[in-house]
Amino acid sequence: MFKKQNSKRGLAKRNLTVIGWLMAMCFVASSARAELLIRITEGANSAIPVAVVPFAESGAMPAGDKVSSIVQADLTMSGEFKPLDPSKMLSLPSERSEVYFRDWRMLGQRYVLVGQLTSNSGRVEARYELFDVNREQRILGETAAAPAGNVRSLAHHISDRVYEAITGEPGAFSTKLAYVTLTGSGKNSVYRLHISDIDGQRSKVRLESGEPILSPAWSPDGKKLAYVSFETGKPVIYIHELATGKRTKAADFPGLNSAPAWSPDGKSLLMTLSKDGNAEVYEKNLASGKITKLTNHWAIDTEAAWDHAGKGVFFTSDRSGGPQIYYMERPGAEARRITFGSRYNARARPDSKGEYVYYVHQRERSFHIARRNLKTDEEFIVTRTGTDESPSVSPNGRMLIYATEQGGKGVLTVVSADGGAAYSLPASEGEVREPAWGPITR
Amino acid sequence: MMKVSAQNKAFAMLLSFGLVAGCSSTGDTMEEDGYGYDSGSDVAAIDQEGGSTVYGGEDGEGVSSSVLSDEERAEARAKAEQEALRNITTFYFDFDTSEIKQEARNALVTHARFLSSNPRQQVRLEGHADERGSKEYNLALGERRAKAVERFLVVNGASRGQIETVSYGEEKPVVRGSSESAYAQNRRVELIFK
Repeated sequence: MFKKQNSKRGLAKRNLTVIGWLMAMCFVASSARAELLIRITEGANSAIPVAVVPFAESGAMPAGDKVSSIVQADLTMSGEFKPLDPSKMLSLPSERSEVYFRDWRMLGQRYVLVGQLTSNSGRVEARYELFDVNREQRILGETAAAPAGNVRSLAHHISDRVYEAITGEPGAFSTKLAYVTLTGSGKNSVYRLHISDIDGQRSKVRLESGEPILSPAWSPDGKKLAYVSFETGKPVIYIHELATGKRTKAADFPGLNSAPAWSPDGKSLLMTLSKDGNAEVYEKNLASGKITKLTNHWAIDTEAAWDHAGKGVFFTSDRSGGPQIYYMERPGAEARRITFGSRYNARARPDSKGEYVYYVHQRERSFHIARRNLKTDEEFIVTRTGTDESPSVSPNGRMLIYATEQGGKGVLTVVSADGGAAYSLPASEGEVREPAWGPITR
Repeated sequence: MMKVSAQNKAFAMLLSFGLVAGCSSTGDTMEEDGYGYDSGSDVAAIDQEGGSTVYGGEDGEGVSSSVLSDEERAEARAKAEQEALRNITTFYFDFDTSEIKQEARNALVTHARFLSSNPRQQVRLEGHADERGSKEYNLALGERRAKAVERFLVVNGASRGQIETVSYGEEKPVVRGSSESAYAQNRRVELIFK
């Protein structure tokens, strides 16, 4: 089934059904628990006005959120769009012949999305069209289908297509989040590793433990997660195959086994081990099992991540007296310090284009996520909350998710990469932390 | 009372020697240098304490053999003091450091001696950090704190084989919350005797 999906790469509308079935299969395995809620906290001023017209429906539609409502929520969530409230629409067109551009111009809209849904023998098909109001042109016209139980996948797919048609960048609405929740405290603590949609919906538990789970990292194909689990009383790195639930230990040496990070080709894992006395960065070849030491310093060296091209490695070291970000042009090469001006910079996460790197940054008494332009060295504080950590960049580089606190409880917050807009994902119960944004797997 | 303080001073002296010997006997100068400020302040502390206590310690030993009942009383007092020190099993650290604080040393020396005279006794050192900063760096920091305590215990007589270290980073705070006092209580190494 995976092969089938791969061979149809690019034929998005066709293989959505396949993806839908795959999702259905994956999700049967475990039950939902501690759903994330969504709280849109602010919108960007520069957001593009777009009208998502409620889709016309024929046939019995599944209960729950409407496809067009989910699309509207997705676009709002990105912070880059300002969807029009449907109650303000003068008409509700569902195809080209019903779209009066003058009306939409009057409402200040730049784009209009219209569509029709047909429900037939357990499947929902969407025909949808996107119009540029100023040019009076259709810029997208497609159909897509999914099993009736997966209209959310269908909606996220439409959001991705609309996003790409307008911005030229792939949308990330169909991608997944991995994160860890904590309920209870002390001996009653329960840590759960979840996977959900990026709006927190359809959350499923993949691992439950009385001991901490941290540092989930997606394989580039989105089929595996590497993470650190303390279930044996010490930190051990596991690789967890999501479709089967099969787990293997990737590192279980004396001392630290932490901070796993996949290479872009998925063939090796960067990790922090302290088996030789103190924390150093290593690379493990997953096929041969061979482990190569990449740093060799008395200081703490940890939190490694490949750069966008998979050639160089960012990592955190406190060799200067406090944690700072360093970069090796190739594994094992001499490290160059790239952050200055704050006593604490840690856990670098580069975007997928090599433009920016994001990291935890101390300013006075607060910890924020900062973004550094790798060409100009310009540093920008992205987040305005306080105890911020664990930044993870969306695969299209347009959004950032990180962990912070609200009212003394851990929540996840998503901001646009320039800090413009935000939504938060508090857990319905307990705390949530350690977000990892999954890859685009279409 | 005089005697007790003299003993204390003798203690500090031994400790100073222990530390100095430890630094040179491990031959791990690179690693000690790594703690920059740590080893620097250690040395400063030794100089201060050492200079004023060396003679005090010797004097104390010189006067110790007087009346039996006094000796017994002193012994009992010393024993009680040891017990009290043995009950201290959590040791605190400043932000982003693994330097063992001056006030932690008597208790740690007592633990080291206990381990040394009970070679079958095992201890687990759990290192922790406060919630600020990044989780994985904090994991490494917690480990460095646990290892600093391990080294201190070994230098003072415990054997490496008796000690197991593990770091939980910021994952297991004792006090929840984002206050300075919560942070201070969470930056710690706990000794867990098995």
